[in-house]
Amino acid sequence: MKRRDFLKNSLVFVSGASVCASALEFLDPREVLAANPEVRWAFLVNTHKCVGCGFCVKACKIENEVPFEANVTRTWVERYVIKRDGEVVMDSPKGARDGFTSKELDQGASGMRRIPDEEISQAFFVPKLCNQCQNPPCVQVCPVGATYQTGDGVVLVDRSWCIGCGYCIMGCPYGVRFFHPVEKVAEKCNFCYHRITKGMNTACVDACPFGARLIGNLRDPDDPVAKAVMTQRVGVLRDEYGTKPHVFYIGLNKEVR
Amino acid sequence: MVHGEFWTIKDLFVLPNEYVYWSIQIVLYPYMTGLVAGAFVLSSLYHVFGVEKLKQIARFALVFSFALLPVAMMPLMMHLQQPLRGTNVLMTPHFTSAISAFGIVFMTYACIVGAEIWFVYRKFIVDSIHRLQAKSSRGPGESLLLLIYKVISLGAMDLSKEALEADHKAVKFLAGLGIPVACFLHGYAGFIFGSVKANALWMTPLMPVIFICSAVVSGIALCIISYAVFMELRKWAARRNKHYFLPDALAHGSSAVDPEHLRSVQGHEVKMTSKYLLIFMTLAITLELLDIIFRGYTAVKSWDILRDVIYEHDFVKIFVLQYGIGNVLPFLMLLAPRLTTRRAALACLLVLFGVLMMRWNVVIGGQAFSLTFAGFMHYHLPIIPHDMETFKEGLGGALLVVSTPFIIFYFLNMIFPAFLEEKEAH
Repeated sequence: MKRRDFLKNSLVFVSGASVCASALEFLDPREVLAANPEVRWAFLVNTHKCVGCGFCVKACKIENEVPFEANVTRTWVERYVIKRDGEVVMDSPKGARDGFTSKELDQGASGMRRIPDEEISQAFFVPKLCNQCQNPPCVQVCPVGATYQTGDGVVLVDRSWCIGCGYCIMGCPYGVRFFHPVEKVAEKCNFCYHRITKGMNTACVDACPFGARLIGNLRDPDDPVAKAVMTQRVGVLRDEYGTKPHVFYIGLNKEVR
Repeated sequence: MVHGEFWTIKDLFVLPNEYVYWSIQIVLYPYMTGLVAGAFVLSSLYHVFGVEKLKQIARFALVFSFALLPVAMMPLMMHLQQPLRGTNVLMTPHFTSAISAFGIVFMTYACIVGAEIWFVYRKFIVDSIHRLQAKSSRGPGESLLLLIYKVISLGAMDLSKEALEADHKAVKFLAGLGIPVACFLHGYAGFIFGSVKANALWMTPLMPVIFICSAVVSGIALCIISYAVFMELRKWAARRNKHYFLPDALAHGSSAVDPEHLRSVQGHEVKMTSKYLLIFMTLAITLELLDIIFRGYTAVKSWDILRDVIYEHDFVKIFVLQYGIGNVLPFLMLLAPRLTTRRAALACLLVLFGVLMMRWNVVIGGQAFSLTFAGFMHYHLPIIPHDMETFKEGLGGALLVVSTPFIIFYFLNMIFPAFLEEKEAH
C-alpha cells in the first residue's frame, strides 16, 4: 500500500467511525413523544363573551371540592372599569362566585366604590385560571417535587406529598395558587385533569352559558382552540415573566394585570 | 378558615387567592440562619485569620453558633402546613428548588461546625474523661456527663503533641472551609427570596449578598450581647460565690474565678469585636441603600407600587425603625469614643432589632402589595392564639423560636464550656 493510499484510507476510516458513533444512538420513543407530544392542553378565553355571571366559579368549586364559602378559588372573574379620565378600577368580590350583581366595586378595606355611568369609558370581565405554563415557576421551586408537569402540559399537585411550605404560591406570578382550607396543601386549577383525560370538558367550560371558555388540544390542527390560537390575535398574561402561559385570551386589554 | 386570612387585610384590588402567606416564622427563618452564619464567621476571624484579640469570644461564638444551628430550621418547620412531611425534602430533594438545595448546604454546614467543635474540645473531652474517671464517687450528673464524653470522644484518646498539632490543623482547615459554606448558607436564604421572579421587591440578584452582610452583622451583634450578658452573670456568680448558678460550673465543679479578671476580659473582647461589627455594618447598610437607590433610578414597571410601599406604607418600619434606630443610632454609638461594655451591648441590641426589621421589611414588605400592582395587603401579627396555626405563626411561635437557642446553649455549655480558658486554646 502506498503511503498516499494509507493516509486516504485512514482519513475515511476515522471520519466514518465518528459518524457511526453518533448515528448508532437510537432514539427513545418516549423522548420523541415528550419533545413533541400528541396532546398539549390549552385554554382559550374570549373576554368579549364573558358577562361575569360567575357560573364557572361556582361549577369549579363544586366540581373540585374547594369549600364554597372559603375565600379562595381555582378560577375567578375580574371586573375592569376604565373611567374617562383614564383611571382603572377593578374588583373580584369572592372571586365573582356569585356573579357581579351590584354596580358597586369592592375595594377591600377602602370600602365599596360606585362609579357613575357617565364617567365610564370601558367595562369588561376577565376570567382567570391557572395558565399551565410551559415553564412553570411553581414546579421549579417545589422543594419535594409534589408539584409536577405532565407530558401534556398540565401542572398537577400531589396532595399526599406536598409539605405546605407555600414556595409555589410565592413563585406563581398569576396568584392562582392557595392553600386548600381542608387538605392544608397547595391547591390550584388543573384544567379538571380528571375530566379532560376522559374526553370531557372542564367543569367551567361546561358551566359557561356564553362560550367564553374553551379547552382544547394545541397539537390538533382541527381543534377549535388550536385554530383560534393559530389564526386570531390572542394574548397571554404577563408574558414578561417567561413562563409561556397556555391560557390564551381573545380581546385582552392592556389594563388586565 | 383559609390560611393567611386571619392576619391579612386587603385593600383595593387584590387577587382572590392572595394573602400574606409567609408570616413571622419566615421572617425569623433568615434571621436565625443569619445569626448562625454570623456567629460562625466571628469565630473564624480568630481561627482562620489569627485575630488573637478575639480569642475568647471566638470560642464562645463557635459554641453559640452550634446552639443556634438546630434553630435555623425550626421556623421553617413551624411554618409548614404539613410539618410531619418535613423530611420529604430530604427524601425527594428537588434540586431546582432553592429550599431543597438549602437543606443540603445546611447539613454540610452542620457537619463542619460539629467537626470543628469536636476538634477544638477534643483535648478537653479526653481530660474530662480522665478527671471524672479518677473520681471515687460520682453523682448522677457526673456519670451522665462521663457517658456523654465517652461517646463523643469517639475513642480518640491520644493527647500526644503530634495529635494535638493535628487537631490544630484540622480546626484551621474546618474554620476556613466553614466561612464560604456559612456565607453560602445565608446566601441561599437570600436566594430563596431573590429567585422569586413573581415578587417585585425580592427579585434582585443583590438579595443573597445583602442577606450575607446583614447576617454577619446580626451574628456578631448577638455574640457581643450574649457574651456580655453571660460574662455579667459569671461576674455576679463569682462575686457572690454562687457557682452553682453557672452551667459549666454545675457540670465540672466550681473553680475560683476572679471577677476583676473577668471584667477586663469582657471589656477587651467586646471592644475589639465592636470594631469588626462596624466594618460589616458599613458594608450591609451601603448595599441595602444601593438597592433602594438602584430601584428608584431604573424605575421599572414595578417601581410605582414599590415606591408606595417603601415611602408610604412601610416608611416608619424602613426608615425610622430599620435604618434610624436599627442602623444609624447604633453605628454612632459604636463609633463614639470611650466605648463601654454597656453602651456596646445596647448598640448591639439595636443592631439586632435593625436586622430583624430588615428581614421583616423584606419578607412582609414583599407581600404588602398585590400581584396586580393595584392593591395592598396589611399584615397583623396574631398575638393571642386561638388555634395551633395562630400560635405557630403568631407571637407565641416567634418567642419559642427566639428563646430556644439560649436554652440549648445553657445545656450545651455544660458539655462544651464556652468560657473555658486554657493555654492551649485553639
